[in-house]
Amino acid sequence: MKATFWLAGAAALCLSQSALAADSIKIGFVSTFSGPTAVIGNDMRNSFELALDHLGRKIDGKPVEVIYEDDQQKPDIGKQKTEKLVQADKVDFIVGYIWSNVLLASLKTAVDSKTFLISANAGPSQLAGELCSPYVFSTSWQNDQTPAAMGLTMNQKGVKSVFLIGPNYAAGKDMLAGVKSTFKGQVVGEEYTVWPSQLDFSAELSKARNSGAEAIFVFYPGAAGVQFLNQYAQAGLKEKMPLYTAFTIDELSLPLQKDNAIGVPGAQEWVNDLPNEQNKKFVEDYRKKYPGLRPTYYGAQAYDAAQLINSAVVAVKGDTSQKDAMKAEMEKANFKSLRGSFKYGNNHIPIQNFYLQDVVKEADGQLSLKTVATIVKDDQDRFQDKCPMK
Amino acid sequence: MLLVVEQFLNGLQFGLLLFLLAAGLTLVFGIMDLVNLAHGSLYMMGAYFAATFVAWTGSFVLGALLALGATLLLGIVLELAALRHLYGRDHLDHVLATFGLILFFNEAVRLVWGPAGLALPLPSWLAFPVTIMPGIQYPAYRLAIIVVALLVALLLYLGVMRTRIGMLIRAGASNREMIGALGINIKLLYTLVFGLGAALAGLAGLMQAPILTVQIGMGENILILAFVVIVIGGIGSIRGAFIAAILIGLIDTLGRAFLPNLLRQILSSAAASTAAPAMSSMLIYLLMAIVLVVRPEGLFPASRR
Amino acid sequence: MKSSLNAQTIAAAALVAALLLLPAYSSLTGNIFILTLFTRIVILALAAVSLNLIMGYGGMMSFGHAAYLGIGGYAVGILAQEGIGSGYAQFAVALAASALFALVIGALSLRTRGVYFIMITLAFAQMAYYVASGLARYGGDDGLTIYKRSDFGGLVNLSDRVQFYYLCLACLLAVVFLIWRIVNSRFGLVVQGLRSNEQRMQAIGFASKRYKLVCFVIAGTLCGLAGALLANNTDFISPAVMYWTRSGDLMVMVILGGMGTLFGPVVGAVLYLVLEELLSQLTEYWALIMGPLLLLVVLFGRGGIMGLLGRLNRG
Repeated sequence: MKATFWLAGAAALCLSQSALAADSIKIGFVSTFSGPTAVIGNDMRNSFELALDHLGRKIDGKPVEVIYEDDQQKPDIGKQKTEKLVQADKVDFIVGYIWSNVLLASLKTAVDSKTFLISANAGPSQLAGELCSPYVFSTSWQNDQTPAAMGLTMNQKGVKSVFLIGPNYAAGKDMLAGVKSTFKGQVVGEEYTVWPSQLDFSAELSKARNSGAEAIFVFYPGAAGVQFLNQYAQAGLKEKMPLYTAFTIDELSLPLQKDNAIGVPGAQEWVNDLPNEQNKKFVEDYRKKYPGLRPTYYGAQAYDAAQLINSAVVAVKGDTSQKDAMKAEMEKANFKSLRGSFKYGNNHIPIQNFYLQDVVKEADGQLSLKTVATIVKDDQDRFQDKCPMK
Repeated sequence: MLLVVEQFLNGLQFGLLLFLLAAGLTLVFGIMDLVNLAHGSLYMMGAYFAATFVAWTGSFVLGALLALGATLLLGIVLELAALRHLYGRDHLDHVLATFGLILFFNEAVRLVWGPAGLALPLPSWLAFPVTIMPGIQYPAYRLAIIVVALLVALLLYLGVMRTRIGMLIRAGASNREMIGALGINIKLLYTLVFGLGAALAGLAGLMQAPILTVQIGMGENILILAFVVIVIGGIGSIRGAFIAAILIGLIDTLGRAFLPNLLRQILSSAAASTAAPAMSSMLIYLLMAIVLVVRPEGLFPASRR
Repeated sequence: MKSSLNAQTIAAAALVAALLLLPAYSSLTGNIFILTLFTRIVILALAAVSLNLIMGYGGMMSFGHAAYLGIGGYAVGILAQEGIGSGYAQFAVALAASALFALVIGALSLRTRGVYFIMITLAFAQMAYYVASGLARYGGDDGLTIYKRSDFGGLVNLSDRVQFYYLCLACLLAVVFLIWRIVNSRFGLVVQGLRSNEQRMQAIGFASKRYKLVCFVIAGTLCGLAGALLANNTDFISPAVMYWTRSGDLMVMVILGGMGTLFGPVVGAVLYLVLEELLSQLTEYWALIMGPLLLLVVLFGRGGIMGLLGRLNRG
């Protein structure tokens, strides 16, 4: 019984390979589809699928095949799935990666096999600096950029001192470093919490309150952001210590944060009301295709990744073996991005604008994010000189 | 100084929640000798039921009561359908089977409620800070948790020490064969105890929900802590679970609050910031190891088997 | 027992033969991934086999066995990071560090028994997990990428997929053989005797704790070997390999295959990991199938797959 099972298993494992030999563009998509942060992965997948719809489900006339893999938010699983996509499915592109630590673990596999990897979210500093690669592109940002924009906002608002709180993983450290790189006031305290298991921030909030700082800055993506805002409001800090955030309030967390999020500013490179044609179409069609849901910046980045792939494949007329030509085309960022146009730096990280966003109540009582101002124009990350590619 | 008082309250509140979870676990473990990893799932279900019922009825208290009843019922059904077949089996069988139940519950919740998690907003009469001492404000809801949990602990203590069922429960914890010999309907007692444990876990889950939101897998991390609590306290001992839970709550919270500053005295600031969360998480396991090395059956061994 | 030997032996032999022939299959069909997958399975089977020595034969339910995977892995990763690429040095440190860790925690843990033993081993493994998370220099929570695999000179090239696979398989078979020898030695018989009746063995005059401790250290050391191999296989090591759920995975493999049988853990590891891979390809809701499946195995399949095969034979 066991032997037959094993054979069946082996047969099924190799099936996934032989069945896909047809002439198609193969894309692997690694993201989180299980556990509490699966909502993010689902949104990325939704937007990626929408992008394929907009492309007529074909790239340069060839059918597109996407293989979605769940990294379970664990670096070693992400690495394993990346290996599977490269070795078993022999994909042309790998897209996705929400988490910096998952991306860093998976990077070597993709680069060693010269498979193009497009990070649609994670942007650890190493990726922009010493680990940059000809085969790696980002349609998001480098981690420091968004909080750095927030630091500028705090300067503009005349904040004199701040207390920083963030999770203890690659992105968390990058984010707090990012604020410190631009904030001109005093950083009174800095706390890291266990990620992703610590959800009670009472100890940190008490410390922030007692630090005498004027404001708090946090970075908590996904469900942790909901919890942080709840507890911040319950502790009665909302009137006393204004909160500044990066990646803590988005369309996914907003329905759970509700009124707690009103008046809490955030910085982002994409907001749903950015006034360009492709973005209007994206937001409209997204809400039509997925009733009850709203697109997020995660999704917008995934959408852009699909467009970037399309531009590269079209440029080589569907011959995906021409890696150098595809790389050269992608470096031009020659497609209509949802955030308006952007350029690529030498390290394949976008040079782009960052916007200040706020939460407002719409006429129907629904909460939504709105652009308030442009914080910086054409911002480039500060690690690009560490990247050996020129 | 003010900070210490506030962190002490935080630790107390966390410890009491752990106690609610651990009380059911230690009873089930002590009486039925069942290792129930799925106890964390009941905690999760309590939170999901509460979020659903509160949204449905529009009343926090009513929703919470309904959720309590629902978890109690779920616990009883679970016991009747699956877990009672595991009594008397090897502990490892329990671990494997209830681990399977965790997987099942997580996926079932995902199918029913979706992956996004739910929100359980606080009623406005609890969502404000209270000034408990000059200069110290504390969230009213966290105070309410402390009060409710202390009340439940007291009721549990009275129930176990002063009632007939409590007597049977105590008898069961120290000598299982004995109560069977006394002609007590032992199956019914087991089902009842399991239901009670489930309701307590559900209560912990629904009270924690407004602070931590409601999400899949919320039971797993806290489950391990609950196991640490009952092992330190001594399996089957409600009193042990209470003391150990408070101890763990305080150590965990105070460690997180004050260890970073202590470390900064020795290490560089950057190294201390990263090492501190890891080290403070370690403290409770360190405590458990020390307790077990010194007292291999926990602080309050319930029986001399 | 005797009568069940047949079906079990046939199954074990078939499994070993299939594992031996796998690289040929892989190169014939050009399916590289199956080799990568099975390299991992073979390594984790090695870890499960080592756990089986204390769990199945020694009656010590360790819930912290994954700690050694991490210790072995970090020995390789840290030395590689510090510029020591020699595989001999890396593996020697991996084994020695695992043995030392096992000696210390074993000496302390063996004071307890039953569920308390389960929990104290869990506690030590969790401590190891948090220590690794605090190693800021070596990646902390995020883990450490290993840019160069262990270097064994001309002996064996770990970067070659097939050579690495056979190295892992050779280690697995050698360890199974070693455990077979241990179990049938005087030492092994004493340890098994301790499992069934410790008091009687003590009365006869065996220093029970010392026997158990030696057994515990052997198992830890062997699992450290698996850790060193695993780090090479993934080119990456992170605290996550030591998390308690990973220890749970190893236990599930052992129980699923059949505790206290020589090849049971290997069968369990193959089954569990292949099933996980297949189900996760089939549906995102794979856990919905895996969960009740585990429950069914416990309720109806006592003694795991090997037990089932044994009964099949008898029936």
